[in-house]
Amino acid sequence: MAKTDSLQGSMDLLVLKILSRRPGLHGYAIMSAIQDISGDVLRVEEGSLYPALHRMEEAGWIRAEWVTKETGRRARLYEVTAAGKRQLGVEESRWQAVTLAVNRVLREV
Amino acid sequence: MSLWSRIANVVRGERLNREIDEELEAHIAEAIAQGRDPGEARRALGSALRHREGSRDVRLVSWLESLRSDAVFGWRQLNKTKVTSAAAILSLALAIGACTSAFRLIDALLLRPLPVANPERLYDLSRQGIGPEGKPQTFDGWAYPDFQLMRAAVKDQAELFAVSYAEPVDLTYKSDEEIEKAYLQYVSGSMFPTLGLRPALGRVFTENDDVKPGGHPYAVISHDYWTHRFGQDPKVIGRTFRMGNEIYEIVGVAEESFTGTTPGTMIDIFVPTMMHPGVTHKDWTWHRTLAMVKPGAAFEPMRQKLEATSRAFEEERAKGFLGMPQKEIDEFLNQKLVLEPAATGVSDLQSETRRPLAVLGVLVGLVLLIACANVANMMTAQASARAREMAVRVSIGGGRWRLVQLVLVQSAWLALLAVAIGSLFAWWSGPFVVSMINPPDDPARLVLPADWRVLGFGLAVALGVTLLFGLAPALRASAVNPVSALKGGEDPHSKRRLMHVLVAVQVAFCFLVLFVAGLFVTTFQRLSHQPTGFSADRLLVVDTVAKTPQPEAFWEQTAEHLRGVQGVEKVALADAALLGGSSWNNFISVNGAPPNGVLSYMRAVSPGWLEVMKIHLLDGRDLRPGDTHPGAALVNETFAKTYFDGVDPVGKTIDLNMDEGLRLQYEIVGLVGDVRYKSLREPILPQLYVPFRSIDKKGQPGKRGAGILLVRTSGSNPRALAGVLREEIPRARPEFRVSRIRTQLEINQSHTVRERLLATLALFFAIVALLLAGVGLYGVLHYSVLQRRREIGIRIAVGAQAGGVARLVTMDVFAMVLVGAIAGVGLGMLSVRYVESLFYQVRATDLQMLALPALAILVGALLAALRPVIQAVRIDPASMLRAE
Repeated sequence: MAKTDSLQGSMDLLVLKILSRRPGLHGYAIMSAIQDISGDVLRVEEGSLYPALHRMEEAGWIRAEWVTKETGRRARLYEVTAAGKRQLGVEESRWQAVTLAVNRVLREV
Repeated sequence: MSLWSRIANVVRGERLNREIDEELEAHIAEAIAQGRDPGEARRALGSALRHREGSRDVRLVSWLESLRSDAVFGWRQLNKTKVTSAAAILSLALAIGACTSAFRLIDALLLRPLPVANPERLYDLSRQGIGPEGKPQTFDGWAYPDFQLMRAAVKDQAELFAVSYAEPVDLTYKSDEEIEKAYLQYVSGSMFPTLGLRPALGRVFTENDDVKPGGHPYAVISHDYWTHRFGQDPKVIGRTFRMGNEIYEIVGVAEESFTGTTPGTMIDIFVPTMMHPGVTHKDWTWHRTLAMVKPGAAFEPMRQKLEATSRAFEEERAKGFLGMPQKEIDEFLNQKLVLEPAATGVSDLQSETRRPLAVLGVLVGLVLLIACANVANMMTAQASARAREMAVRVSIGGGRWRLVQLVLVQSAWLALLAVAIGSLFAWWSGPFVVSMINPPDDPARLVLPADWRVLGFGLAVALGVTLLFGLAPALRASAVNPVSALKGGEDPHSKRRLMHVLVAVQVAFCFLVLFVAGLFVTTFQRLSHQPTGFSADRLLVVDTVAKTPQPEAFWEQTAEHLRGVQGVEKVALADAALLGGSSWNNFISVNGAPPNGVLSYMRAVSPGWLEVMKIHLLDGRDLRPGDTHPGAALVNETFAKTYFDGVDPVGKTIDLNMDEGLRLQYEIVGLVGDVRYKSLREPILPQLYVPFRSIDKKGQPGKRGAGILLVRTSGSNPRALAGVLREEIPRARPEFRVSRIRTQLEINQSHTVRERLLATLALFFAIVALLLAGVGLYGVLHYSVLQRRREIGIRIAVGAQAGGVARLVTMDVFAMVLVGAIAGVGLGMLSVRYVESLFYQVRATDLQMLALPALAILVGALLAALRPVIQAVRIDPASMLRAE
């Protein structure tokens, strides 16, 4: 099943963070938000976004809901659950620890 | 996502796919709206299918999905080999059905707790000691005054209540013309509150119904009786019926689930113990005593208190035991009081059928194992035919567990189908077997619910057999080595070894079933051909009752009247039928000497009784119309042996020692041949036949309220006369009514009902076992010939003879049959001692008992081998070798 590498770890962190600030985004909006806020530095690979979203939904960190937009098309909007907020805390502190460690290595060597 | 929605996802797979597609489409639409090129957006997202798979794998419980596809695949596999599968399912269904049926019976009779409050705290009081015949015995009958003392003695530790032995009684609702039978039980009023029972209608009894002897003419009827007799009419409260001289008023209906505390008999009517004629008698033991022990009560001190109370009561009573040897009085007093758990109720049927049912349970279990072995062999053979398929599955990445699951799911299919069909079989056969337990005129009535216990048992059996016959083939299939399997050359012997072991096991079990069945059938035959000493041919036993005791002269008038009825050959009177279950006995003293401690069994009979029963008169004369009881008597040969050392006793005088020092004197006027009195199994009892006509202490003629008319008919079907007799008897004397008509043959046969049941069922299982083992053997031989046809072809090509080929094909398997048979003999010898008490005049070591099953198995094996051997011999080497 899903492999948890560092990239995927950061994907979860980014999605959770975005959704915790701005609940009720659909997949495309999440992707655009990550791109915009990071100043186009971080690009989410579109092909891996949806499996990640569904996996997080499965884990109970986010939940989704179908809404009909004014265009008539239905969209699936995501928001963070309580478990997701806790997970965000875990992911954030892990990220802090990792970057701190990486920075230390860069300084020392 | 909840587990439920995951499972729902599996079923709703299509809808889930659509939702994922829709979300991805929405993504592309959004991208286009942002001004991106549609083609580029679609490419960036990648193939929709890939996403779907990626997402779906997450969102589905893939295991459930695989299970579903295995189930579909397994179903197809079963359908591919329809005949084999059907045979496997049917043989399993038969075995599972028999098992479930046996379980229902055993559960209903022996395992299921009574539907009352706290059944686990309910105990039955009985006494263990040495009986009058010198054998250990347990008896749970009590006298009411004794019960009252014990109840008072332990009232802080337990609630004691009395329940009589249930019996069918005659009662009338309207006129006396319509006598009905109902199962009636005398119970303490306190039984209902103690067991936490509520009325479905009206009221139930309480302690207030336990006060005055003869003062509580009320009845509580069971829900079942209310339904069948009164169609649940609520106006039943206040209705009255007459039983004996007493009018009873129905005051309530018991709750539906409660059918009494005696499994095997469903009580129709409960009346208070205070209404029993024996309630004030110290020497009538007519009821059981049950105890509801209070929580936290100290058990052993309570038991000792009960024992001491009862012993004090009996010591007082024993002072009046005149004519009883001191040794027996001591043995009687030294009995130990025991409390047996009675959570499942307590009845004679339970104690009589516990062992037979256990034996039947084991037999059906063995049949089930034989059937499982068959299916296991079939699955192994199929698995090897599918070795290539399995190898392909492994080589393209199918996990080993998936293969195990695949084969197990197919086994589960077999098991589930077999359980479904088997349940139908059990549905029908359970009540059928119950109806065979007792004689037809006194059927066992047993609640056989089909509830979660039975369902649970069925599912457990299904799971058990699936693992039993499916696991080994499944593990074997999954262990396939793709390289060698695809090359077509796996070690063919490995599979056959498992099969051969199973054949040996089957034969061993089959031998055991046949062996035990043979013992039961022989027991039944010997017992039913046991000479009774009298002729039951064309003999009707007419139970006759009168509202109040009638002079014995009236009884004789009635008998005389019947002699004139068309179709009647001879008529005699007696107090009860031989082998009819009723018995009375006394100690005998010869020439005024103290009795020798052997009881003599009594029957009151009219002149001509010998002739009607066709009992041989060996010396002296028959009773005459002027003879009275006491006064004259007939005795049998065993009586002469027991009391007169075999010397002809005709003309001698004997005394009966009655209670309170009364002695009755008889002159022995005739010596007659031995007859069976109460049992076909026990040795012949010493018997004393006194005249039907009696005189009391003051010399006044006696009266009787109940007796039997024995009618030998001239027609070959005695039953044909039953209707006429019912009419003619009241015509002779209007005081009399017929309460029941049986043939003496039915009465005789009622003594072998259980033996016949055991013999019939055991024989049935034996045939099934033999059939299954034969089919199994055939399957293994057939498979082995198929597998070795190349080798056989070569052997034939190089000149092997038919005999050699046959030996080659059958030798291994027949060696296993031999091993199995020897193991079976061992098993039989080991197990038979647990069932010895059920046998009659047959020993397990009789050569015939061992030879018959062995012969049956040999014949079965030869028949099973016939076709595979012919197939092997007929293999055409040319075509066989070319095909390879």
